Amino acid sequence: MKIFVFECAELDNLIAAIKRRRFKVIGPTVSDSAIIYAEIAGASDLPIGWTDEQANGSYRLKRRDDNAVFAWNAGPQSWKKFLFPPVQKIFITNKSTKGFDSQNLGEQTPGESRYAFFGVRSCELNAIAIQDKIFLEGPYIDPLYRQKRAGIFIVAVNCSQAGGTCFCDSMQTGPKAVSGFDIALTEILDDKRHCFVAETGTAAGEEILASIKCTKAADEDITEAKRITDRTRVQIHRKVDTADLKNVLYQNSEHPRWEHTAELCLTCANCTMVCPTCFCTTVEDVTDIGGKQAERIRKWDSCFMLDFSYIHGGSVRASVKSRYRQWVTHKFASWLDQFGTFGCVGCGRCITWCPVGIDITEEVKAIREKQT
Amino acid sequence: MATKNKKSVKAAAQKKIRKPKLAVWKFSSCDGCQLSLLDCEDELLTVAEYIEIANFPEASRRVIKGPYDISLVEGSITTPHDAERIHQVRRQSKFLVTIGACATAGGIQALRNFKDVKKFISAVYANPKFIETLNKSTPIADHVFVDFELRGCPVNKYQLLEVINAYLNGRKPNTPSYSVCVECKRRGITCGLVAHGPTCLGPVTQAGCDALCPSYHRGCFGCFGPKETPNTSALCAYWQTLGVKDEELLRLFRGFNAYAEAFRKESEAHEN
Repeated sequence: MKIFVFECAELDNLIAAIKRRRFKVIGPTVSDSAIIYAEIAGASDLPIGWTDEQANGSYRLKRRDDNAVFAWNAGPQSWKKFLFPPVQKIFITNKSTKGFDSQNLGEQTPGESRYAFFGVRSCELNAIAIQDKIFLEGPYIDPLYRQKRAGIFIVAVNCSQAGGTCFCDSMQTGPKAVSGFDIALTEILDDKRHCFVAETGTAAGEEILASIKCTKAADEDITEAKRITDRTRVQIHRKVDTADLKNVLYQNSEHPRWEHTAELCLTCANCTMVCPTCFCTTVEDVTDIGGKQAERIRKWDSCFMLDFSYIHGGSVRASVKSRYRQWVTHKFASWLDQFGTFGCVGCGRCITWCPVGIDITEEVKAIREKQT
Repeated sequence: MATKNKKSVKAAAQKKIRKPKLAVWKFSSCDGCQLSLLDCEDELLTVAEYIEIANFPEASRRVIKGPYDISLVEGSITTPHDAERIHQVRRQSKFLVTIGACATAGGIQALRNFKDVKKFISAVYANPKFIETLNKSTPIADHVFVDFELRGCPVNKYQLLEVINAYLNGRKPNTPSYSVCVECKRRGITCGLVAHGPTCLGPVTQAGCDALCPSYHRGCFGCFGPKETPNTSALCAYWQTLGVKDEELLRLFRGFNAYAEAFRKESEAHEN
């Protein structure tokens, strides 16, 4: 690991240097009343001078009185939409004289250029690592995910402020990026200067940094970068006590709180759609009208839908209570049994984007405090 | 012997296979859902290759006698005559599909169901004695057995094609009953409820329009009716904490699907 410093004006050259290496650069940009992730051409596409205010069920895009580039927090979208797209055609088959002539789309060689993710937060790096575990490290490898994930370049950003719904500190997933990046930036903006402290995570990251104007970081730069992430950590006011959480949830499956929240929950599935680790899908088989060709389409699914648990005779989780409990218990308990980590990275999206502002940290707290 | 078998198989293949017959029926409605079928344009020609459009007054005066394999029924029942006619349609139809909010929930004209229809008649018509109408506008399923209900005001043409396609291929149509929010999120549309404030009926409305209004920065109007397990009361209770008044909540749920049970009950909770 090496640590460098470069001026804010050099950000555009950094993006250009990545693009020259034939990456499709995806980064944060202001669009549709939020900071979302989309292809960016240069630094001017970044949300310079923008921030967001987040609370339960509320997100507001706001102007700042400075030119901070990354002074905002997790938005409505996550990187999941690129690695694991919401709708994907996975299989086509045609009726032929011999039977079926099929084509598995996951086995095609990739025609697109590789992704470079610019501005990935620590919680999101952890979310990507969790999805890697699910799609690449289990007994069944997902060829579509593998194809999109292969060779991506990641520029992480350490959070210089906490969002209103963040709780990464509790989940030990932030606010400072520890691994899973090629370069990790910390933005320093004060009266004297506007620069970035850049930590390298890989040789590829080092090689790209070497191609732009930067200098070796001085001790005071490193100290300042640390002070910034430490300050962010202190700002995080939502907490989840994870001690023995798995057993707490397993032992409280009939806690009255589940019924209480079931009355508030809309089962609209927004929380699962915005969650950067939720990975459930359904497949829809469609035919052409003549019945000569069939396609299988994979779509993001949700444990909040009745069809999700539909088996012969009906849905297993018909009650709202059982669906909400399934989701929370999966994130904080059964995920551990399944994958060895929590399924939650504390990004707070499910709190912000719940139309009625249900707060998962409050739910966990309520169950822990009055155990049955 | 083998040659003879081969010949008879070939002859059978050449024999024209009867195409299923489709009929479109109109009751109290604006014709918008029928027009969705005409909107299929290019696809309609393909549909016509596999299905015989036997009765579709919006498209052709040609009427082929029943019985019909598939009937698309648009509109609600609002007159004694229609209440009789729907039984005739049912008798002639093997597979009856209701299309649109009128046929599945009574439509916008079901607003009469909340008032006394006689007062409307005397207020609107100079000579009320010529008007023969029922007290309520009711969905088709209140009168006859319905094989499949397709929601929307109007129906989505791709969903309509999907129902016909699924029927022809003997499979279940892919018409989800989850919320509009899922379509918004899959399309990457920022949630207006969260980013701007109320109101949007997306969280309690069935998907199917591919989040049309939210994609134009408008809240959902609930054209596809209540989703599966709709929690309208929790949504309204939350909006009330944000300052949304009863009058507005009443108006929101008194739309094209006002008489759909979940929406009807919610609107009644906000009546004075």
